Amino acid sequence: MITFEGVTKRYGDGTVAVDNLSLQVPTGAITVFVGPSGCGKTTSLRMINRMIDATEGRILLDDKDIRQIDPPTLRRGIGYVIQQAGLFPHRKIVDNVATVPYLLGWDKKKARARAMELLERVGLDTKLAGRYPFQLSGGQQQRVGVARALAADPPVLLMDEPFSAVDPVVRTSLQDELLRLQSELHKTIVFVTHDIDEAIKLGDTVAVLRVGGHLAQIADPSTLLAEPADDFVEGFLGKDRGIRRLSFVPAGGVAVRAERDVPGWSVVLDGDDRPLGWRAGGSTGPTDTQAAGKDGLLPFGTFDLEKDSLRAALDAALLAPSGCAIAVDGDGRFAGVVTREALDEALLRASGAAGPTGAGSHG
Amino acid sequence: MGDGEPLVRWAWIGRNWPSIQQLLVDHVIMALLPVLLGLLIALPLGLASARWRVLYQPTVGLMNVVYSLPSLAVFIVLIPVTGLAERATVIIPLTFYSLAVLIPAVVDGLEAVPDHVRQSAVAMGFGPMRRLLQVDLPIAVPVVLAGLRVATVSSISLVSVGALIGRGGLGYLFIDGWQRQFYTPIVVGIVLVVALAVLADGLLVLAQRLLTPWARARRAA
Amino acid sequence: MNWLIDFFGNPANWSGPGGIPARLLEHVEFSLVALILSMIIAIPLGLLIGHTGRGAVLVVVTANAARALPTLGLVVLIVLLVGVGTTWPVLIPLVALAIPPILVNTYEGIRGVDEDLRDAAYGMGLRGGQVLMKVLVPVALPLILLGLRVAAIQVVATATVAAYVGLGGLGRYIIDGLATKDFPSTIGGAVLVAVLALIVQLAFSLLQRVMVSPGVSRRAAKAR
Repeated sequence: MITFEGVTKRYGDGTVAVDNLSLQVPTGAITVFVGPSGCGKTTSLRMINRMIDATEGRILLDDKDIRQIDPPTLRRGIGYVIQQAGLFPHRKIVDNVATVPYLLGWDKKKARARAMELLERVGLDTKLAGRYPFQLSGGQQQRVGVARALAADPPVLLMDEPFSAVDPVVRTSLQDELLRLQSELHKTIVFVTHDIDEAIKLGDTVAVLRVGGHLAQIADPSTLLAEPADDFVEGFLGKDRGIRRLSFVPAGGVAVRAERDVPGWSVVLDGDDRPLGWRAGGSTGPTDTQAAGKDGLLPFGTFDLEKDSLRAALDAALLAPSGCAIAVDGDGRFAGVVTREALDEALLRASGAAGPTGAGSHG
Repeated sequence: MGDGEPLVRWAWIGRNWPSIQQLLVDHVIMALLPVLLGLLIALPLGLASARWRVLYQPTVGLMNVVYSLPSLAVFIVLIPVTGLAERATVIIPLTFYSLAVLIPAVVDGLEAVPDHVRQSAVAMGFGPMRRLLQVDLPIAVPVVLAGLRVATVSSISLVSVGALIGRGGLGYLFIDGWQRQFYTPIVVGIVLVVALAVLADGLLVLAQRLLTPWARARRAA
Repeated sequence: MNWLIDFFGNPANWSGPGGIPARLLEHVEFSLVALILSMIIAIPLGLLIGHTGRGAVLVVVTANAARALPTLGLVVLIVLLVGVGTTWPVLIPLVALAIPPILVNTYEGIRGVDEDLRDAAYGMGLRGGQVLMKVLVPVALPLILLGLRVAAIQVVATATVAAYVGLGGLGRYIIDGLATKDFPSTIGGAVLVAVLALIVQLAFSLLQRVMVSPGVSRRAAKAR
């Protein structure tokens, strides 16, 4: 747990970067600091590993005031990832990753073995270990940056806009990778971004900061979308809040009809019970499933009953001519159809009971 | 010497002022002519190297080699060609030194023109010549001028080595002072050479400000 | 050409205290001592100023002064002031002229290291000295070596000029030759000095290859 207690950062010229910030970063979860430039999010992050020292207030790391820890020692126990990766150009990838283990005095063999393990863990080919940073793409460098931060297995990870310098496709894959890693590692992560979508995708908790270093709101993403504290947060969240919030409502609660027919349409399945498409008219019996093939079928959408959100269910319904969503199980096998009426009911429930829905599944 | 001889005897300067003036003029000519010649040659060569990249490495490599040759050695090697105590013996090597600084400066300056600027000039219908004169060269001016400052200041200080072969402008004062074990001419020579260098450098800075008003606006911002 | 054959073909020029090997050795020895002395002064100073950012004005002033100061004048004045007879006073102007390029390039090299890199280094828990020695110096090494190369070439050239005030080395052939109108000796000496300068240049290119990380010079082989 990281606790900010009335933390203020004021510079010599009088500018206030962070103003009386108090919040808690829970252990084992991702907390995102988000806000426009000048909101003090990076300053707040950098105060945690004492790259910047607070002017007033204190920051506690597991109940210990960080000012009582000598900065280099503190930092070796906190992973740090920055925007341009900041890899050392003169060192090979493997030695870059092993930087902190070397500093901690691990023997070279053990440090390198650990580095190789981490390269695999972040999804990099270990053949890259002997290369130099300039020989890697931006996305690869960023993965190395993450591996380097994790090398000494620190409980806390600070990430300062780590994915903002790569293209959208790579960014998405890096985000997914981070969530996958986090589901294995359960680090306490503080993540800074100016991108609200990234914040909502990654954060278990999102702290929205406004210019001048004020905390505008801190909440889980679903609550944030449902109940923005003020106009600033609402404006910063942007359009489609309602739809986006559905991402955090599990689809499991929606009523599923375990049959293939709805008025005017029926679902066609392949031999393995996987949906192939919608056919106009009623079902003509179980035998046609093999013969029909894909001809004459209309597009469809599916959602995973166990893992997907209500948003995915709604999306699946909108993709089909029948207006109904097809529910599938974890293996992609047909589980039933969800009619618009059933969706309506679920949506009504979701908007009425907008309170905490538990930690929504990400992605 | 430690015999109480003062560093500067003002009376000596007064008595010898006319000849000091002559040396000064000679010094200025031998120092600045090479820079001017160097600039005239470096512009087309630099343009060519920027245009045809294959030329770049060999040109800059050669210039590096030239720059590393001690000036006295080059003066000496030229004596059989141009003669002892001749201006040309000093001017020709110094021209090469200027080239060694200016060619890379011209190339770097042209490289500093952002690609999007060049592209938009082409898109707006600038021909090659017009683009060079109205877009590329003005943008390259700061880098070229920085090179010109280095070349000018070095040239002014290097001329004095020519005194060892009998033609070194103010450098003669060093020889004179040494032979007579007399500080004053040496100090006068050093002061005048440095003053000349500072003055020339200042004028070039001024020229840069006048030629690139946009750079000053940016600096102020 | 004939002069060169006269000079290099004369066996008397290859032996004894005035012979080419002895003069070459003197020149190299003297240059090396001057270079090492200036390194001892300029490198730590450059590292300190570059790392702390304090005293940058000193660097700018030295850089400008260095180019403007006439070497011959400086050599003559200092030797006259300190005293003739021994060779060590000549070291003073040599060192004085070699310091600026080393100081300026070391400073610029350290100063010019990407801010992100410094940030990452501190952020991972390196201490100030470790950041300097393990990150900044290796990354700045090409510029530091460039400064050393310029200084070395400067020293070799100035040592030649310093023969005028009695220093040994290859400059002797030039100065004595000029005094006695012995042109073969003058030209031969000039060629030797030029060759020495080129060897210094070459040596530094090799040093650069050996010392600078392939990751910094960006010439690592693509495939491994």
